[in-house]
Amino acid sequence: MAALLSPLSPSGPAAAATPAEKGGGSRGRARNRPFLLIVPALLVLLAVFAYPVAQTFVSAFTTPSPGTGNFAWFFGSPANVAVLTRTFSTALWATVICLCLAYPYAYLMTVASPRARATLLLIVMLPFWTSLMVRTFAWLVLLQDTGLVNGFLGLLGLGPVSLVRTQTGVLIGMVQILMPFMVLPLYSVMSGIDRRLLTAAQSLGARPLVALLRVFVPLSLPGVAAGATMVFITSLGFYVTPALLGSPSEALISQFMYTQVSGMLMWGRGGAMAVVLFAATLLLIGLLGLAMRAGRRGKAGAR
Amino acid sequence: MPVDPPEGAALPAGKGARIDLSGMTKRYGGAVAVDDVTLTVEPGEFMTFLGPSGSGKTTTLNMIAGFTDITSGTLRIDDRPVGAVPAHKRDIGVVFQHYALFPHMTVAQNVAFPLRQRRVPRAERDRLVAAALETVQLPGHASRYPRELSGGQQQRVALARAIVFSPRVLLMDEPLGALDRKLREFLQLEIKRIHREVGSTFVFVTHDQEEALVLSDRIAVFNNARIEQVGTARDLYERPATLFVARFLGESTVLRGTATPDGSRSRLDLDGFAVRASGGVRSGPAALVVRPERLRLEADESDAGGGGNAIPVTVVEEIYLGAARKLEVLLPGGARGLVREQAGTSSDLRVGDRARLCWHPDDCVLLPDDPTTERILT
Repeated sequence: MAALLSPLSPSGPAAAATPAEKGGGSRGRARNRPFLLIVPALLVLLAVFAYPVAQTFVSAFTTPSPGTGNFAWFFGSPANVAVLTRTFSTALWATVICLCLAYPYAYLMTVASPRARATLLLIVMLPFWTSLMVRTFAWLVLLQDTGLVNGFLGLLGLGPVSLVRTQTGVLIGMVQILMPFMVLPLYSVMSGIDRRLLTAAQSLGARPLVALLRVFVPLSLPGVAAGATMVFITSLGFYVTPALLGSPSEALISQFMYTQVSGMLMWGRGGAMAVVLFAATLLLIGLLGLAMRAGRRGKAGAR
Repeated sequence: MPVDPPEGAALPAGKGARIDLSGMTKRYGGAVAVDDVTLTVEPGEFMTFLGPSGSGKTTTLNMIAGFTDITSGTLRIDDRPVGAVPAHKRDIGVVFQHYALFPHMTVAQNVAFPLRQRRVPRAERDRLVAAALETVQLPGHASRYPRELSGGQQQRVALARAIVFSPRVLLMDEPLGALDRKLREFLQLEIKRIHREVGSTFVFVTHDQEEALVLSDRIAVFNNARIEQVGTARDLYERPATLFVARFLGESTVLRGTATPDGSRSRLDLDGFAVRASGGVRSGPAALVVRPERLRLEADESDAGGGGNAIPVTVVEEIYLGAARKLEVLLPGGARGLVREQAGTSSDLRVGDRARLCWHPDDCVLLPDDPTTERILT
């Protein structure tokens, strides 16, 4: 711990680079030196992230008066709990749809030629490099009742479907925006899977599809877990897209927080919602982790 | 996909299949990987495909396994054409150089995999898995994961997985290539034993000539997308059909010159002297091949007699091997010869001494000259 704290001394991170430090120092200090590299990032995170979050959490219990009043308010209103449930179910749907679309896409990337792979990667990354706001407004234009999507549906003889101000619209926007977070971890795991294992499975009597399901899919699960966690957690805190594409009557928790804090100046209530969202997320991820570990152990112990 | 539930012994012997390759060719665009290969592997035989890398031996194996399409020619297993049968229906066991064990399955699950694909009932499956692990001498590791095993152990698991469903043909693609020398030699004997026990037809690919000599009933020497010669180790060593085979398998002295028929033998004119060789009478450019243990060095001037060949040489190098020594000699005209002398019957010659290099015409082979072997082997 002392070694970790020492870089926080007045000379700061700059000390790491001085020649005087390079020459001397015990072995223990030399081994800890790489830690110095993360100090700037750590300081930034502490100042602009950890401190405000802590402040928010504290305010949940102290503003306007000390106690659990804010939580009593939150759980006392069925509407609030409904918002929380809706937030989780929207995030879950976004994750499932993302996975269904991204899995074959990432698989295609692993089998494509280097050139085709670069193109596929570019297609995923291009929207990612565009502003979130721009993309959401683009969806607004596309999805509105007189927009391109409904125009196309009209050509097919399907009546205008209201997409803007609905959960469907929110999901379409979220899935598109979150897609890279699913494709990239999936691709990174899939590209590391030895495809010769599939050949081996076929030589042992497995049809190509069975080889894929019994060998490739299980080996790709770490990528599924990483991508799903990323998309799910990001979905929980989504603000811009639901605010612009969704209906105010079907708001998600981030919009609710915004109303409480910005509209009504109820900092404590906003903080309480943040605490509840944070706790629920941790709980869910913890359960998921336990389930995965149990699944792995169960498989190992099956025979 | 029949798995004959074996009676008594887990892996019954005497059930190898016959493999017929006829005019098998593989082309990738303009490049020919395998060119018109015709070969029959007898039931229960241990056949080795030996050759340098890129000679077409692995491609031929992959065509037998069904991993690679056949451009032209036919492949029959027990007289049944299988060229169009997909790999998973061929019932052929394959062992790969890179083991190819499934990392997310235990040893037992890996070995049970082919049995599950064939819907073998659970109890039978467990029994066969145990028997296969017994055969490769790896019991007690069933619940381990591949990453917890050494390279040699992993290859044993791969072997168990390939024999557990009693395939009539087992293909091995340089299975010992990734292992160190000691372990490789040990596993060679193990593979030989397993071949005897399971009785399947084995086709083994290697570029290691010693490995081929230790394991095989017969060896097919591949070069340049073709088979140069098929035969027992003795055939290949003592009666090589081509210069490539002579040079790839074992050491030899090669003398190049012009051959002319000479009675029942041939006469080979070299730079300033001539030797005689028995066997195929040939004329034109030829290469004479003599194995080092067939050569003799005589220090005195007396004639070898009996129509033997004798050439004046100078000893330029001595390599001491314990049980024997090898002497490199310089022939007139600049060619080099290699002589092997057993300890105890060695001459007293030293580096720099002049001597006569002698051998009997029946102890050498005269082959058509093939300058391309220089390029491949050096």
